[in-house]
Parts: sequence; structure tokens; C-alpha cells
Amino acid sequence: MTTTLTKTRRPRNVTHDEGPRRSRPATRRRNWLGGLAGWLWLAVVAVPLYWTLITSFKARSRYYASNPLVPSTDPTLENYRLVIESDFLQYFLNSVVVTVGAVVPAVAVSFMAAYAIVRGWRMRVLRAMNGLFLMGLAIPLQATIIPVYLIIIKLHLYDSLPALILPSIAFAIPLSVLVLANFIRDVPKELFDSMRVDGANEWTTLWRLAAPLTRPAILTVSIFNALTIWNGFLLPLVLTQSPDRRTLPLALWTFQGQYGVNVPAVLAAVVLTTLPVLVLYAFGRRQLLSGLTAGFSR
Amino acid sequence: MSAVTGPAQRRRPRSALPWLAAPALVLFVGFAVVPLIGVFALSFTTWDGIGAIHATGLTSWRKVLTDPGLPHALWVTFLVMAVSWAVQTPLSILLGTFLAGRQRYRAVLGVVYFIPLMLSSAAIALAYKALLDPNFGLGAGLDIQALSKDWLGRPGLAFGVVIFVVSWQFIPFHSLIYQGGVQQIPQSLYEAAQLDGAGRVRQFFSITLPQLKYTIITSSTLMVVGSLTFFDLIFILTEGGPGDATRVLALDMYKRGFQASLMGPASVIAVILVLVGLGLALLLRRLGGRDAGASQLEGA
Repeated sequence: MTTTLTKTRRPRNVTHDEGPRRSRPATRRRNWLGGLAGWLWLAVVAVPLYWTLITSFKARSRYYASNPLVPSTDPTLENYRLVIESDFLQYFLNSVVVTVGAVVPAVAVSFMAAYAIVRGWRMRVLRAMNGLFLMGLAIPLQATIIPVYLIIIKLHLYDSLPALILPSIAFAIPLSVLVLANFIRDVPKELFDSMRVDGANEWTTLWRLAAPLTRPAILTVSIFNALTIWNGFLLPLVLTQSPDRRTLPLALWTFQGQYGVNVPAVLAAVVLTTLPVLVLYAFGRRQLLSGLTAGFSR
Repeated sequence: MSAVTGPAQRRRPRSALPWLAAPALVLFVGFAVVPLIGVFALSFTTWDGIGAIHATGLTSWRKVLTDPGLPHALWVTFLVMAVSWAVQTPLSILLGTFLAGRQRYRAVLGVVYFIPLMLSSAAIALAYKALLDPNFGLGAGLDIQALSKDWLGRPGLAFGVVIFVVSWQFIPFHSLIYQGGVQQIPQSLYEAAQLDGAGRVRQFFSITLPQLKYTIITSSTLMVVGSLTFFDLIFILTEGGPGDATRVLALDMYKRGFQASLMGPASVIAVILVLVGLGLALLLRRLGGRDAGASQLEGA
């Protein structure tokens, strides 16, 4: 199944043209239907976000009385103060450590593996390895959480941040290898050959030639993995228990348990945990979106 | 094949390539393949999650397979999968096609469209839980009767809410995939259709949709296998309730294993999840009509 992700059988010269796309024929009439649907969807997406944002600034007493779609006339930061004072910084740091600690090695080992698989396709052992990684895409890896829990206990890592990092790396490998291999395949063979003639070994070729040429793909895979791991909930839920090991999504959930009746405070927590990724999104939007479109629709 | 590789390998007997793949292999085997085998093994045991593990043969299997909760969980899982696919796919294709256009305002809309993609399921579930509150949520606050229902308290409604929130969260991702797919369709096809006098709707059904075939399979595969892993969203939104109305397999596994301390039966559920995932993936691949090895080789 996994190959469904890989390639469409279209002429290559068309699919890989990254140059400016030709616009649709100018004779086209305006697409009223599409436009209407587009704006409708905008409302579906934006209203809950808008409501969450403005409610998080409402005083608790106001929340029950005011029109939910009108911002408070005297916005308060009280909810945010409450959230930040409940160890928000600690959870934030935990999330950063787990995300960076998992994404960097995950992408590095996946890249090495993808390179080996593309370059050593004639070797049976590497083809088998590729098959193994692809299988990971077909299997909901969350189903393995019970043995993962057991292994983490046996390694004496339960309730630590490495307990979250190690399985996160493993779960990130299948998709990373697949996407990176797709991009490495596009590096012209002649370049590899000329590196070999120059006496470079695989390690040098990997980092000096393949990595720079596939940098956009590496970035995309990194961002995608970072999002997945940053937002992860099941692993922290199952593999940690101490409050000071919580990552943001888990902290959010426990916070709701504590302050469930204080809805504006819960929503302030939602906004605060979301803020870091939204800031990154504001800066890396183009890279992320173009990378994702290219990475998955090939 | 081996006739070709044999001599080639002899000429370069010690290729460093397998070693480059080794770290990924070790990590993947250690935390994905071994657990995969482990979950199968654990399904023949009794374990409370803390104490000793006892091999008890088919006890856990018998327990789960005779439990009327299992067909229900399977049914709910299947329903979530099918309905969310049926809702998400057409909308994602339309949005993706729409976004592939070049007008500036579409790009601006796109900025907002993809925000749900960044949010954690936990954050989304909590926001929607508050938003849908029958007494203080959006509907009640606006005094709109139709919206101030006990959304999460009634089985049918709760199921609908799960589908809606899932779609809200994942349509952006899939429309992105379709956007990429549409942009790869050669313009010449549209130009030819234009000359033949085909309208927009005709072009969509005769060119865009057929050309998106493999993109649809890609997206559907991700959707279907992904739907098996919906856990955090449903866990926070409904906890599987009301009653068992939204108790999907993944949630069932967690509740049996980590809440009721029945790791044996929970492992049985996990094995079923794996089998369902593999079965669906094979089915979808067959639909795609492509052979994994061949298509991989093609690019090598």
C-alpha cells in the first residue's frame, strides 16, 4: 500500500517542474461556486479559532453573560496569568526537549537509511529494510503502545523524557525514510559517480552531496515530525506520571481536569500551548506547505 | 535479479551502505518491530501493568472475542473511518482544487485554512468541548436553539461531533495533498478541453478527478490508517461516551489496558487493530493496482 504515497505515473518532466506554474487559461469565467465554498470553509475554520481567542481574554464572570462572538470590552490577562503560574514554562521546556531530542536523530538516521536504500537498491538486505519501514506506514504504531510501555519500564526509563524520545524516533522513521528516499532518487546519478571518481566515500557523499541537494525535503520532514511529536498525547500519557515530566498537550488535559469549570482559563491554556507552533507557522509557512504538497502528492 | 547483483557485489565486497541504514533499523526494530511482536505475545498473557506477566494461553482472546463490546467497538471504528472518509474526501478534493488556482485571495484564505493542521488534538478537543457546551457554549450564548443541544451527551450527536471535529482537523492536510496533485496535472489537458468547449464542471470530472486517482489513493490510505489511531481527540472529547457510542478500538485498548489494568485483553485489541490496519492497507493497494516492489524499483 505504501507505494501509493510514492509516485504517480505521470511524465517526470511535468511533475518535477518547480518553476513558476502557468496560470489557468485567461478565458476562464470566474468560479463563483468555488469562491463561495472557499469563504464558507474559511468561516468553519475561523469561527472556533476566533471564539477560543476572544473567550480566553474574558473574565470568568463575563463568560457566562456576554455574547460569545463579541470580544470583551475590558479584556483581562488574568486567565493567562493563572496558566503561566501553573508551571507552563516547565511543560514548554519539556516539549522542546522531547521534540528537538527526537526530531534531530530521527531525521538524521532516516536520511542515512534513505540514502543507503536509494544508492544500494541492488542489495537485497537494503530492499528488505525498505520493505520493513514501509510496513510501518500500514500499521497503526499506536497499537504497539503496551509493549513499548513494558520496554520503557525494563530500560528503567519510565517517567523520564528519554522515554518519550526513543519511541517518537521509531514512529517517525517510516514516513521520513519514504519521503526522503523519494527526493534522493531525484539527485542525478552522474553527480554520485563524479563524487566517487573524486575518491569520496559514502559518508562524505551523503553529507556533502545528497544532504545539501535535498535540503528542502529534510526541512519539510523535520517540520512535519516536529509537529507530530510536539502535539503527541498518547506517549506522554502512558509513559510518564510526574507533573514535572508533562509535555504541553498532556499538561493541557490535566489543566482542564483542575480548572474545568473555569472555561476562559482552559481556553487561555489552549491558546498558550498553540502559540509556539503558530509563531513558527507564521515564519515557516511557505516552506512547510510547499514541502508538504511536494512530499505527499508525488 | 541475483544474477545481476551477484558479480556486482563481489566487486565491491564491503559496501558501507548497510551500515548507514543500521541506526534507523536498530531504532525501528527496537521500538516498533519488537513491540509489534511483543503485543502479539502479550495477547496470550495476563498482566496488570505492574506485577509479573503470566502466560495464560487463549484466556485473553476468549475474553475479548466473547465480549459483546468488541463487535460494537469494531463497528464504531469502521463507522468513524467510513463516514469521516466520505465527508473529508470530497471536501478536500474541492478545497485542494480551489487552492490550486492562482488568485491571490485564495493564497490568503489558505493561510487560515491550515491553522488546524498546527494544533494538537488535545487543544482542539478542549476548545470544542467548551464551544459545544449546552449551557454556556456558542449556541447557548447566541441563543440559537438549533445549536444549543447536548452535543456530547447524546450518542448520535456525539458521533456526529467526532466526525465534524476530525474533519475540521484533517481536511486541511488532505486538501494540501490534493492541491499538490492538481498542480501536477499538465495544463495542456485543460487547454485541449477548453478548445473542445468543455465547461468547468466537465473539466473537473473528465480531467481533474481521473488525474487525481493516485492522489486519492494516497490520501485515502493515510486517512483510513490514520483513523485507526484517533485516540487523543476522542479520549478528551467524549471519553468514548456517551455510553459506548464513540468507543473506537484504540480507545478500547487504552481503557482496558491502562485504566482497567487488563493488559492481556488490551493486547488482543491491539493485535486486532494491527490486523485491520494491514488488511485495509492491502485492500487499498489492490485498488491502486500497483505493486510495491515495482513502483519502488521504477524510481531507483
